[in-house]
Amino acid sequence: MSDPRTTELSNVSTTVLGADEIILNMGPQHPSTHGVLRVKLKLDGERVVDSECIIGYLHRGVEKIAEHRSYQQFAPYVDRMDYVAAVSNGLGYCEAVEKLLGAEAPLRARVVRTILTELQRIASHLLWLGTHALDIGALTPVFYCFREREEILKIFEKYCGARLTTHAFRIGGLQYETYDGFEQDVKRFCDDFTHRIDEYETLLTENRIWVGRTKGVGILSAADAIALGVTGPVLRASGVKWDLRKAMPYAAYDQYKFEIPTRETGDTYDRYVVRMEEMRQSRLICLQAIENIPAGPIMARIGKVLKPPPGEVYHSIEAPKGELGYYIVSDGTTQPYRVRVRPPSFINLQAFDKMARGSLVADVVAIIGTIDIVLGEVDR
Amino acid sequence: MANDPSEKDSASKPPASGAESKPVAPGAPVEKPAVPAAPAAPKAAAPPAKEAPPKPVPLDNELVQRLKARFGEAIREATLDRKQAIVTIAAEQLREISRYCRDDEKFDMLVDLTAVDWPKREKRFDVVLILYSFAKNERVRLKAHAAENEPVPSVCEIWPAANWLERECYDMFGIVFEGHPKLTRILMPDEWQGYPLRKDYDILKQDTDWVRENLGIESGQ
Amino acid sequence: MRLVLPVLYAVVIVAVLPLLAGYIVLMERKVMADMQARLGPMRVGPHGLLQPIADAVKLLLKEDIIPEKADRLLFWLAPLVSVTMALLAYAALPIGPAFQIADLNIGLLFILAVSSLGIYGIVLGGWASNSHYSLLGALRSAAQLVSYETAAGLGLISALLLAGSLSMRDIVIAQYDQGMWFIFYVPIGFFIYMVGSIAETNRAPFDLPEAESELVAGYMTEYSGFRWSLYFLAEYANMIIVAGIATTLFLGGWLRPFASFHDHLPGTPIELLDALPSLLVLGVAAYCFFLAPKQPVKIQKLVMALVGGLCLAIAGILAGSLFASPAVLQGVHGAFWFMAKVFAYLYCFLWFRFTFPRYRFDQLMRLGWRFLIPLALVNLITMATALLISREWGWSLRITSILAIVVTLAVAMWLAKNDQVDSAVPVAEGE
Repeated sequence: MSDPRTTELSNVSTTVLGADEIILNMGPQHPSTHGVLRVKLKLDGERVVDSECIIGYLHRGVEKIAEHRSYQQFAPYVDRMDYVAAVSNGLGYCEAVEKLLGAEAPLRARVVRTILTELQRIASHLLWLGTHALDIGALTPVFYCFREREEILKIFEKYCGARLTTHAFRIGGLQYETYDGFEQDVKRFCDDFTHRIDEYETLLTENRIWVGRTKGVGILSAADAIALGVTGPVLRASGVKWDLRKAMPYAAYDQYKFEIPTRETGDTYDRYVVRMEEMRQSRLICLQAIENIPAGPIMARIGKVLKPPPGEVYHSIEAPKGELGYYIVSDGTTQPYRVRVRPPSFINLQAFDKMARGSLVADVVAIIGTIDIVLGEVDR
Repeated sequence: MANDPSEKDSASKPPASGAESKPVAPGAPVEKPAVPAAPAAPKAAAPPAKEAPPKPVPLDNELVQRLKARFGEAIREATLDRKQAIVTIAAEQLREISRYCRDDEKFDMLVDLTAVDWPKREKRFDVVLILYSFAKNERVRLKAHAAENEPVPSVCEIWPAANWLERECYDMFGIVFEGHPKLTRILMPDEWQGYPLRKDYDILKQDTDWVRENLGIESGQ
Repeated sequence: MRLVLPVLYAVVIVAVLPLLAGYIVLMERKVMADMQARLGPMRVGPHGLLQPIADAVKLLLKEDIIPEKADRLLFWLAPLVSVTMALLAYAALPIGPAFQIADLNIGLLFILAVSSLGIYGIVLGGWASNSHYSLLGALRSAAQLVSYETAAGLGLISALLLAGSLSMRDIVIAQYDQGMWFIFYVPIGFFIYMVGSIAETNRAPFDLPEAESELVAGYMTEYSGFRWSLYFLAEYANMIIVAGIATTLFLGGWLRPFASFHDHLPGTPIELLDALPSLLVLGVAAYCFFLAPKQPVKIQKLVMALVGGLCLAIAGILAGSLFASPAVLQGVHGAFWFMAKVFAYLYCFLWFRFTFPRYRFDQLMRLGWRFLIPLALVNLITMATALLISREWGWSLRITSILAIVVTLAVAMWLAKNDQVDSAVPVAEGE
């Protein structure tokens, strides 16, 4: 069916186009929109007066599919939403179903889950950094970031056989034991990683051009962020010191010490600094965790056929992009009655209009990059 | 996994038997049409587990008491399911209750707004709002029942986050939010017919409709 | 008869330049890859050495698409203007004492003027594309070029003061006479010229009009195939021109390091330092031979060995010219040093492209007008003062120029601090 959104010029806002205003369309295919995102900008000269994000190009009906799959069968689908950070998605879902069942994964499984999730956080932030820098014109960091990301993906591949859509966790724990040399691999990565991050920081953090392109761009105040439901690094950069790993700990996070980086202004530079620091903190968590992975079973005893008692649960985790929540309603059968995914990218993207208004066209690309969206999660 | 501190408020009375969720569309005014029959079914349906299987129990903590004191009948029911607080409210009062929750109870963030479809129920949609309070580090779930063509008040002016979330509910379920600045489809194409997440919407129906419309014959499925 | 040599030189330049530009592109891709921890073109020819040929063939064979409502004459003319002006500037550029098409007594002015004409090609291209985004991109590009050319020109003048003549040849000879490359007298002038020339050639970090990830498309968008390759050629030819100007004015042109230092090998008229080029190239050849056995694939070994052999041949020529007449010696070695310096300057261009993010257009213009041009003016004034003092009062030019540099640096730091090169959007405004 033809998509009328591409042919009709629906109003960006309901006001009439002034004489000097033009509507600029950053179409679904664009090198910098990180996926199939369409942004309509109403410009007054160089300044953005109004904006509208048109999404849904990647809508695959994941929530509908969930109603026709059993709980275990649905687990691989969640990886495909935020495909850049698949392990986190899996963690959220498995923990939500475990809550629904009233079960808990054994400690060993939770610790390994923590390690893999933190590695995934680093990988996700690396991809964000590379593409964000590329949009702003720094051509080199993207290759360095992917080089590091490659190391993490190799660890995933050795662990569960897949690099991107890993399906690393199972409901109730883990399917696979950690492989021989897992701790050494993670430790080697973490040891190398500090001076790699220093490399990126050398290239970017104090660079006058980088600072000039990111400071003061796309400011989001804390009050706006909270009102818009924004979570994750975007919220922390706006000054709200809140992280689900500390506020409502899950997996094994309550055992480790780490900081929550926060900044004040909420501009693009602050979001950059927050994510860089988060990578360092994730590395610290990994190091603490691999010191001591407790022995024990990796799977809870929940049986093969999962029929959670009727009821509902909402469980969320701190995914790299924000608060990723699963609201699962069970009617007592083997298939969930309703699975609702609370997508951080979708809700964070709502804040785009607030951030982009009043900024220049050349900054729009930087603002889209700084929210860190993955269209798979926005559209599901 | 302690994810919701509502357990610290739990004071369970003996499980109320009848309070089945079914039809009483407890308070959630119009969020989305068709709030599925609240999962407040405390029946221990089935899964045998070593520990007692989790099941919803009625809830009467301070928050619920204050709500009941303020809104009386609009608060239809309050349960604690898997240690998470769920308050079923009257759909008409959604906006007032939301405002009270935001301003007085300090639930300043709207975490999620969604709907569940219970087609066999008279008010088929359960409109669900999940709220979070930074100050209290606490979550609460508000639920409102709405019938198929019944509009639900929009909470956009209380939490701007609700804008796209309500659009998605409208898109997926057909629940109309009154007072929403621009209620249009968000994920599906603008001219899509039907509401995909309803239980009576499935691929078979899409196929028969399309074939009938475009080929003029009955689908052979 | 007097025309034969210049015509020959012109033919050589027009023939060699496209090939050279292509190989500079390859060099850029290889250097880019090296900085990005990867290999670059490797498939087409061993180590990607045939990549420029493949690209050229592809571009020539591409379908020639002209937008429907485009102005055909201008569309055809625009890249032509750019390329012609770029090539024309080579007329006055001395690639060695013996290789210069025309030694104009206003050589430098000629080159600058002709390069400026190249801007017409950009504006015409943007206009002829009949797309308002192309036009905007072209106008921006033109504005950027004009602003930074002003600054670059002012930077050049500070070196010109020392040379006393606009003729390219005389400028180099002045550096020989004064025994020091002008960069040591006016390093800030060199810096200004370098930044200005990067912006003039639309290179990063000033390549907003050309960037793929920006919203406003550049003037080259509607051009494809051969027409696009003409623009591309113009850009790289311009790069070589500005490198040539910088080399001539600041880096001593074709002079070898320590050109006035004549230390002969005992008993021969051969100067020690003249052996340097052949030794350097010999070193490169040795490195190639060293690497050759380590290549993974046979043909790569072969190519490495061939490159080593080529270097040996060049070293031989360089050494051989030591025993030939002084004119030949000057010619060959001069060309070598000139090209070495031009390549070093171009390497810096590549280096900056892959290190720095891109400036936004308003930041770029602000940098040009509020930092670079004032700095260039101050530099000019201080340098002129230094020169005057040294001539009138007899102080050593080296000392006065150091004083001038210190003053200019102080002003530069004051300017940099005052000039907030950050977001142009105060949040309070326009909300």
